[in-house]
Amino acid sequence: MAQVTLRKVSKSYDQHVQAVKAIDLDIADEEFVVLVGPSGCGKTTTLRMIAGLEEITDGEISIGGELVNDVPPRDRDIAMVFQNYALYPHMTVFDNMAFGLKLRKFPRDEIKRRVDEAARILDIGPLLARKPKALSGGQRQRVAMGRAIVRHPKVFLFDEPLSNLDAKLRVQMRTEIKKVHQAVRTTTVYVTHDQVEAMTLADRVVVMNHGVIEQVGPPQELYHNPLTRFVAGFIGSPAMNFVPVRLETVGNQLMLRLTDEIRLPVPASRVDRYSPYKDHNVLLGIRPEHLTELKDPAKPNVVRFDARLDVTEPMGMEIMVHFRINGTELCGRIDPSVRAEAGEILPMSADLNHMHLIDADTGRVV
Amino acid sequence: MSGASITAESIGRRSWLKPSISRERRWALWASYIVLVFFAIGFLAPPYFELVTALKTSQQLGSGKDPWFTAHPFFGNFIGIVTNPDFQTFFLNTVKVTLIVVVLTLVMSILAAYALARMRFFGSQAFATGVFLTYLVPESLLFIPLFKVLSFLHLINSTWCLLLVWPTLSVPFCTWIMIGYFSSIPKELDEAAMIDGASHLQMLWKIFIPVALPGIIAATIFAFTVCWGDFLYPLAYLFTGKQMVLTAGIVSDLIHGDVLDWGHIMAANVVASAPPVIIYAFLMDYYIAGLTAGATKG
Repeated sequence: MAQVTLRKVSKSYDQHVQAVKAIDLDIADEEFVVLVGPSGCGKTTTLRMIAGLEEITDGEISIGGELVNDVPPRDRDIAMVFQNYALYPHMTVFDNMAFGLKLRKFPRDEIKRRVDEAARILDIGPLLARKPKALSGGQRQRVAMGRAIVRHPKVFLFDEPLSNLDAKLRVQMRTEIKKVHQAVRTTTVYVTHDQVEAMTLADRVVVMNHGVIEQVGPPQELYHNPLTRFVAGFIGSPAMNFVPVRLETVGNQLMLRLTDEIRLPVPASRVDRYSPYKDHNVLLGIRPEHLTELKDPAKPNVVRFDARLDVTEPMGMEIMVHFRINGTELCGRIDPSVRAEAGEILPMSADLNHMHLIDADTGRVV
Repeated sequence: MSGASITAESIGRRSWLKPSISRERRWALWASYIVLVFFAIGFLAPPYFELVTALKTSQQLGSGKDPWFTAHPFFGNFIGIVTNPDFQTFFLNTVKVTLIVVVLTLVMSILAAYALARMRFFGSQAFATGVFLTYLVPESLLFIPLFKVLSFLHLINSTWCLLLVWPTLSVPFCTWIMIGYFSSIPKELDEAAMIDGASHLQMLWKIFIPVALPGIIAATIFAFTVCWGDFLYPLAYLFTGKQMVLTAGIVSDLIHGDVLDWGHIMAANVVASAPPVIIYAFLMDYYIAGLTAGATKG
């Protein structure tokens, strides 16, 4: 069993900069957890504290139920894959992978068996006699993963392992990492700033911002039910649209007022939830896939509007369209069969069944 | 057309004004060659003169003809010098002490540089600067206080006193070279080794030393050259022939009063210069790689 537990873990530098602020996190055995967030959010610091490469300022970290605050990295039974691979340049691939086992005085036969097994999983068998400089970026990253796998550690730690690879290789390696995890089932903590990587790999995603955890949950939950404006805006590509609106009652109907001319009815199922915010300035959040070409205006809670397109971005399977409403830039996603040119007016619809309302003061989703 | 029109002819006439990468490069190359040839002549003339003089008989030298050339090389000076028991003693003393000092220097420099470059501790930055500052104190200032120290230790006129004083020349600079080299090794490499289970000593032995080999070779060459060619300390602390090393020995033993046996002196100089020249010739690439480590993004 190798669950990882963080209790009120903090990290400060020079008593002024607080990189991580009293975070709590429980990672289950065999779980694949991704820490995601923008640069400087504290995700790498958190990973390095789990690895023991950074001392923690406050709190407790346990691995497999054992408190490891004062345990050096080599005794934590973890393996780490670094962004720049960190392969030993003077050793062959075999020696790179065997290094940790040799230091731990494993028998020669066992070392060979484990390296061969990892090489088979990662498909790097023919590379074992090469030195790192004779490998491509993707091959180096595989070797770095191999070095982690042979150790059979309690926890794998990945620090932005795909950032140095090109886009195509990144997608390929993403699948490889997922396959490896499915094969070895080792508890994994993975750090990335790429939310697509986070969504595709994780059992659970931990979204961090300014040293705190904004939300933890399965990828789909984070996407559909974000708790804060930051999570709503960070998860999803292109990002969610945010429009400043005022919640008002017109007659008996609760409405979202964009301008005097543009008012959107709040879906009946949300009226109770949003009523306390009546006469408040709030943010309407709506994802690009819910701003589409006009398809079925009769569908409940679908509002039609005309948009003058500023920019169109054909992506093959869809077209991203950018337009403005009341000065706010918005992005919509339309079918590629629709003729859409910049400067033209396109009849569009907004599906308010999937809208989010965000308290402008607290930044929390209502 | 107006007077402002540009014709092919006018372009041709003014092309010498036009900046061009190849033209600038050509000028830079010419300037480099001129400067390099000038310095090469300046630096190679003395050893060449030394070699030619060593290949002449006393009569040829006395005649004063053809100082820069000899049609009939005479090897008697070399045979005389390598069979001279005093010279053999100087040579052996030099080899013995230099090799021990080089080994001592490498051990001290590598350990110090690893600690200063990688093990953050209070004052490590000040220590690193301090190490280099000691290198800036010239020999001519140090030899008097060091004389007092060696007198106190009863090591004056003993070859072994050089084991104490030569490291004062070699260790600071070698440590400085190694700090630069170790600092250029990515931090993730020692973190990976740490997670793999390596102790600091294992990390140094199995990762840093192999990866920093060009830097270590550069430090070795430097330490060797500094010790082999040092003149002031041996001259100040050694008096008798049995204890002498090459640099001071050649001067003190082969010059008797005002009698200068130039043929033997020059032959001795050539033989004494050979080991550093051979080492440089074989290890020059490593030396340059070591000195320029960390200068560019790796």
